[in-house]
Amino acid sequence: MNTSARGGRRPDSAPAQVARLLAMLPYLRSHPSTRVADVAALFGVSERQVVRDLQVLWFSGLPGLQMGDYIEVDMEAVEGEGVISVSNADYLARPLRLRTDEAVALIVALRTLASVPGSFERDAIDRAVAKLEEAAGEVAQQAAAVQVQVDGDAVAGVAATVRQALDAGHRLHLSYWVPARDEATERDVDPMRLVVVDGRLYLEGWCRRAESVRLFRLDRVLDVRQLDVAAEVPSEAHPRDLDAGLFQPSPDDELVTIDLTPHGRWVADYYPHESADELDDGGLRLRLWARDRQWVRRLALRLGGTGRVVDPPDLSAEVTAAARDALAHYGVQ
Amino acid sequence: MAQAVKSERLMNLVICLLVARGYVPKSRIRQIVGGYGDQSEEAFERMFERDKEELREVGIPIETGSFDPFGDEEPGYRIHRQEFELPEIRLEPDEAAVVGLAARMWQHTYLSDASTTAVTKLQAVGVEADTRSLGAVEPRVGGEEPAFWPLWEAVRDRRAVRFRHRKSTGAEPMVRHVQPWSVLSWHGRWYVVGYDVDRQAPRMFRLSRIVDTVRSAGPAGGYEVPAQDVVREAAASLVPPERNESAWARIRVRAGSGHALRRRATHVEPAGPGWDDVTVTYSSTEMLAEELVTHAGDVVALEPAELRAAVVERLEAITKGAS
Repeated sequence: MNTSARGGRRPDSAPAQVARLLAMLPYLRSHPSTRVADVAALFGVSERQVVRDLQVLWFSGLPGLQMGDYIEVDMEAVEGEGVISVSNADYLARPLRLRTDEAVALIVALRTLASVPGSFERDAIDRAVAKLEEAAGEVAQQAAAVQVQVDGDAVAGVAATVRQALDAGHRLHLSYWVPARDEATERDVDPMRLVVVDGRLYLEGWCRRAESVRLFRLDRVLDVRQLDVAAEVPSEAHPRDLDAGLFQPSPDDELVTIDLTPHGRWVADYYPHESADELDDGGLRLRLWARDRQWVRRLALRLGGTGRVVDPPDLSAEVTAAARDALAHYGVQ
Repeated sequence: MAQAVKSERLMNLVICLLVARGYVPKSRIRQIVGGYGDQSEEAFERMFERDKEELREVGIPIETGSFDPFGDEEPGYRIHRQEFELPEIRLEPDEAAVVGLAARMWQHTYLSDASTTAVTKLQAVGVEADTRSLGAVEPRVGGEEPAFWPLWEAVRDRRAVRFRHRKSTGAEPMVRHVQPWSVLSWHGRWYVVGYDVDRQAPRMFRLSRIVDTVRSAGPAGGYEVPAQDVVREAAASLVPPERNESAWARIRVRAGSGHALRRRATHVEPAGPGWDDVTVTYSSTEMLAEELVTHAGDVVALEPAELRAAVVERLEAITKGAS
């Protein structure tokens, strides 16, 4: 990841530590006897780091630092019971103002949320944005410079039905198009949540046909119906960890190598891949994990002369055979 | 423990400037803030300059000034409490709930941290925003492109940039000089909109097509950003236009196949056992041909002849490349 001086500051650098303390101190004042572990989780640092932070606080205080000027931290309780108690710092009762990045990150996220169809607490979102804008002041104006457009219009009807089923706890029936196999499938799904990733909407739910948690892209739903049956999401059904990526590798995935000419480079923009190495002719050698051979076959056919599967060899042969089969319809040998 | 010593010095400097009634002269700061007194004059100057700079970078507003109307007095420093503290804010439970949800949206490391810090500040003043419980709607936005963060900073600081950008997939990268106005995600992909200095017109660039690094090419606050509606209009005019689908094609599709074609067909009729003839409208022969070949032997272009030729050409590129 690209880091700049500000974006990449380490959590244990002195300015980062001071910024954290200025947020932590008011939090500790308004939440007496908070546990070290909870503060660590809240600030995304280790428990050892929290203890080091508190030690800094212990040596801080009013100018001159005479007796009675120091901020009081009960280090015995910190090291003993793992509980934090801080006093004698009334002048740091309120946290720092929101910085530009903080205000913009939250406001843009809220506006994105408001644009999700089938939504949804829009009134609460508008009120929250207005209050944040007022508290953040001038810096909040920057939020207008960042926009996340949600592809919602075309799927608004489907999204509304899914949302209703989620709220009512009902099962859904889906006609769902699987493009990799070019197949329309019928299935009952117990909805778990609506997921919006990079502007695209998905339903995550327990698919009763596959008997596992599946993600359905709403723009591939041919038809959706709410059933008059209560959803039963089994206890072993876990929503996926979205921060680990939408499409997590499975042990059955196959590593495929595709050589792209300069005109085929777009593939690297569209699909997650393991590696992309420049080729001498200005092209790319792309290695990606594929769940479904039919998907790779379709991609290779789409690429035509602008990309070629080089590994595994039998998949490469499958692509050529599929092209020959198609050519036969046109009277070409 | 040099690290802890520096943090203590910075904390004590912040407290000193915050609780002071007026501007604190530099010489006084050197006396009363621990860690400065035992430095040489020169070392203290350097250290103090750097400390101020670093504190400003994390958002602490240190002001320079003097109350002396004649300006004879040594200038001093202070932190104005009103600029420093988060003002009063109260959120209703439903407002706090959506803020907790929004705080999870960013996947970009730094924005994710910024969101978390913002919520922590709100929690410190009594807003109970829960960022961990599962919601019925979960939004995630990436921003993983290496160009994303430098451009976010450039937009925020109004700083001109230059970068190499590949216009289309096959093209050679070209150097662009841009005054960025806005970063936006459209159909799940990030773009920057701004004034292209070389072309003297607004332009939009896809972030994933920016090659190597985005570099600063001007001072902060170096240009004015037009009003939001102007930026929006520019962005809207730069996105690819909706296509005019005036031509029509007839395609033979095997039963149970070609769902995407069937969904947008204007007409479907049976064409013997196991096949249908599907009529669709389209705008680009090449784009339709590209779609048709993905179906291999399940789909056959019937007319127009140029569509048939485009499909055959693509399929032959594969069979010839293999032999």
